[in-house]
Amino acid sequence: MPAQPSNFKRFVEVGRVVLLKSGPQEGQIAVIAEIIDHNRAIIDGPTTGVPRQAFSYRHLTLTPFVLTSLPRGAGTGAIRKQLEKEGTVEKWQKSSWAQKREAIAKRRSLSDFERFVVLIAKKARRDRVRKSLAKASA
Amino acid sequence: MARSKEIAPGVGRLSRSAVYARRGLFKGQKKTEKPAAAETPATKEVSVGGEKNGSTRIVPTKKAPRFYPAEDVRQPKKSRKSPKPAKLRSSITPGTVLILLAGRFRGKRVVFLKQLASGLLLVTGPYKVNGVPLRRVNQAYVIATSTKLDLGDFKVDEKINDAYFAKPATKGSRSAEEEFFSEGKPKEKTPFPESKAADQKAVDGAVIAAIKKTEYLEKYVKATFGLSKGQFPHQLNF
Repeated sequence: MPAQPSNFKRFVEVGRVVLLKSGPQEGQIAVIAEIIDHNRAIIDGPTTGVPRQAFSYRHLTLTPFVLTSLPRGAGTGAIRKQLEKEGTVEKWQKSSWAQKREAIAKRRSLSDFERFVVLIAKKARRDRVRKSLAKASA
Repeated sequence: MARSKEIAPGVGRLSRSAVYARRGLFKGQKKTEKPAAAETPATKEVSVGGEKNGSTRIVPTKKAPRFYPAEDVRQPKKSRKSPKPAKLRSSITPGTVLILLAGRFRGKRVVFLKQLASGLLLVTGPYKVNGVPLRRVNQAYVIATSTKLDLGDFKVDEKINDAYFAKPATKGSRSAEEEFFSEGKPKEKTPFPESKAADQKAVDGAVIAAIKKTEYLEKYVKATFGLSKGQFPHQLNF
């Protein structure tokens, strides 16, 4: 029987860029350098402030980004070189996922007064949209 | 019997004032003072018989008791502690916008002016902006926001202290009838004292000037605070 190609797009693989969901570096991205077993991998994020460490898959999320042709067990220096060459961190920061995360974090950190100003800005936007819609459909 | 059953350790079902009302101890309280009894002198002179006794003698008016208690009764120790005014939260400084949580102005955003000697906070709406007058509030019923007005070197008049807010003493007992009617007609409302209105204006002038410096701040102070769906006060930044 011919092996069918998988329907999945993101795999746990060497070079996969992952987002950490817990721990002191929560919210940072890192790269899988080596797969330890079905529970853990060695991750490393030399440009994102994540030290090389074993990390459980349960506490990370796979992103669509992969470092191409990263050899197994690459050291911190090699990973850094490749990250910089491919501009992966910038790609991540430009992705809508990262931007949405940033927006949510920003919104959470607003003070009471800032929330009020947002409320006013949203009202103004609604008003303009409604008026121009009425104008266009009339 | 305990009237205020505990709903959680240390938290009674009834408030302190509700317990006071239910116990009804005030019913037996005497309103009038008794006329002070005439003071009796500690000693008096009595005449005694017998020629060698000198005819008179000074004796105490009240005889000393014939018996003394065999065991000493312990006197409870008098407490020399007195409550201190509450320490002001570090997040509250003059000019801080506070959110009131209790009372008839709950939800209003007000401006903190200073802490009074009793520990209560002196706040103002300002009255012109959101209808909250110069008022004392307990800092426990207040959320301090990070929004601060720059009041500069504005100082609240020293006459605005705790006594300033005291109610004028009413004399004697008055019936409800007397209180609301005079000559069969509803009594006219006593107007708000002009001096207090002037004080309010004087304080608010400086506060409003500070509010006007920032865009939307007046609207913000005018609006009431509320939580919408999915908002939890412990997760918000203020």
